[in-house]
Amino acid sequence: MHFSLRSAYAIYRREMARAFRTAFQSILSPVLTTSLYFVVFGSVIGSRMEPVGGVPYGAFIIPGLLMLTLLGETTSNASFGIYMPRFTGTIYELLSAPVGVAETLAGFVGAAATKGLILAAIILATARFFVEYEIAHPLLAAFYIMLVAASFALFGFILGVWADSFEKLGIIPMLILTPLTFLGGTFYSIRELPAPWDAVALANPIAFLVSGLRYSFYGVSDVPIALSLGLTGGFLTVCVVVIAVIFRTGWRLRE
Amino acid sequence: MLEPILSIRGLTKTYRGGTRALASVDLDIRAGEIFALLGPNGAGKTTLIGAVCGLVRPSSGTITAFGHDLGRDWRRARARIGLVPQELATDMFETVWRAVSYSRGLFGKPGDPALIESILRSLSLWDKKDTQIRALSGGMKRRVLIAKALAHEPELLFLDEPTAGVDVELRKGMWEQIAALKERGVTIILTTHYIEEAEEMADRVGIIQGGRILMVDEKRAMMERLGTTEAVIDLAAPLAAVPEALGRFAVELAEGGMRLIYRGGNGEGKGRAEVAELAQALTRAGIGFTSLDIHDSSLEDIFVGLLGHQGEAA
Repeated sequence: MHFSLRSAYAIYRREMARAFRTAFQSILSPVLTTSLYFVVFGSVIGSRMEPVGGVPYGAFIIPGLLMLTLLGETTSNASFGIYMPRFTGTIYELLSAPVGVAETLAGFVGAAATKGLILAAIILATARFFVEYEIAHPLLAAFYIMLVAASFALFGFILGVWADSFEKLGIIPMLILTPLTFLGGTFYSIRELPAPWDAVALANPIAFLVSGLRYSFYGVSDVPIALSLGLTGGFLTVCVVVIAVIFRTGWRLRE
Repeated sequence: MLEPILSIRGLTKTYRGGTRALASVDLDIRAGEIFALLGPNGAGKTTLIGAVCGLVRPSSGTITAFGHDLGRDWRRARARIGLVPQELATDMFETVWRAVSYSRGLFGKPGDPALIESILRSLSLWDKKDTQIRALSGGMKRRVLIAKALAHEPELLFLDEPTAGVDVELRKGMWEQIAALKERGVTIILTTHYIEEAEEMADRVGIIQGGRILMVDEKRAMMERLGTTEAVIDLAAPLAAVPEALGRFAVELAEGGMRLIYRGGNGEGKGRAEVAELAQALTRAGIGFTSLDIHDSSLEDIFVGLLGHQGEAA
């Protein structure tokens, strides 16, 4: 299979440039959101909460909050990245270029993973001002953040191809991702839920993501880390296959 | 004859709604020529370009560019093809320099600032290189699109309505730029509904309507074959019939014998020569005339005549 590194790099650079153009918003918005959460849940409420699984409450919510912002930002960023060219017509260039699905995804997803890491660093630095924490497995955490960012960039890409209006573009992150993240153990451990809600909560795939990241931070989790990694990897694979089919059939891209 | 640079066979495109935009189009483009695809709005010009450039999936037919089948070997073919779309679709917030450099990278070519500079200079965009595209005028945006299409040094360039919505002066400038590209050896296919443009620029003209190519020919041959000269001669006194002295000319009487009308020639000067002879013959025969008006048919007359015929046939 042919792969043009230059083409992929051109797309990567363009995506990164797009993020830096709106750097103020890209950085300020997660800093502000995370600060608010830490002020309310970390400091004010958190001081009256029991530690969860031996982790102080303020530190306990960090992985969940990180996941909340990461999923939302990555998905909407990637969906805009492909929706806007479709909307304005600039996609003609990508379609007329000697570029296939591999270069397109390498560029888009590589940029999303980079942005995910930057975002995570910003959030973690912000959290530092409010609570003390240590990351047990920093390499695993970095890998997992990139894996999740890549997966949801792919998901956002599909969303951006599927959407035919700005409304549809915003509806999935707002109506599905945010509620599922809130219910996925961001602010509590699923194990502490009374039956049958602990089992019901595990029907929420995002619970596995939050749990996986929490494991990499504190070595404690609601579900085994292997399950979290496997599920994320599986989701990534499904997204890749869907996008490969989109490119092959030209669905919503080529008339 | 040289192998055509682009060869289209039986290209058909039916959109999902059932609209047939192209109906079994055959077309060969020669290396180094400027080919004008002429047709009214909705004739299938943009669909034809889209099918070659990868924006439209053909329903059937084959497209071969540089000897590569576009269905299978699209990477190698597309790397040598450039497209300037009809719509002014640009990345509004990108600077000119970055947008054009991106295009080169996207097509897999290594960075070449000197080349980008020369392209921008040739399109009078150099002093705007660090300007965001949204701040440019329509004509400049059009030129940015041309610069983007040229950034990967294509050998075959599609220009979809390059002068649509461009004022007369800019249009002349655009024609000069297109001529300069041809000088550099780029093969150019342009669509237009300005007949004047095809007449001015093209080596060959293809007339397309309703998804069918009605005619493809050298512009000169087309003019020769279908072009005519019309001369209207107002007579000093009415004639009852065409005098024998004028028998060899294709003339007829009109306006109750007060007017003599000549139609003939080949659009390449033969008609005018005949009218001169006709005038002398009139003088020799002692037929007085008060005025003489000559009009050569243009590509426009040919075009309108051809489309009119099609309309009647349909």
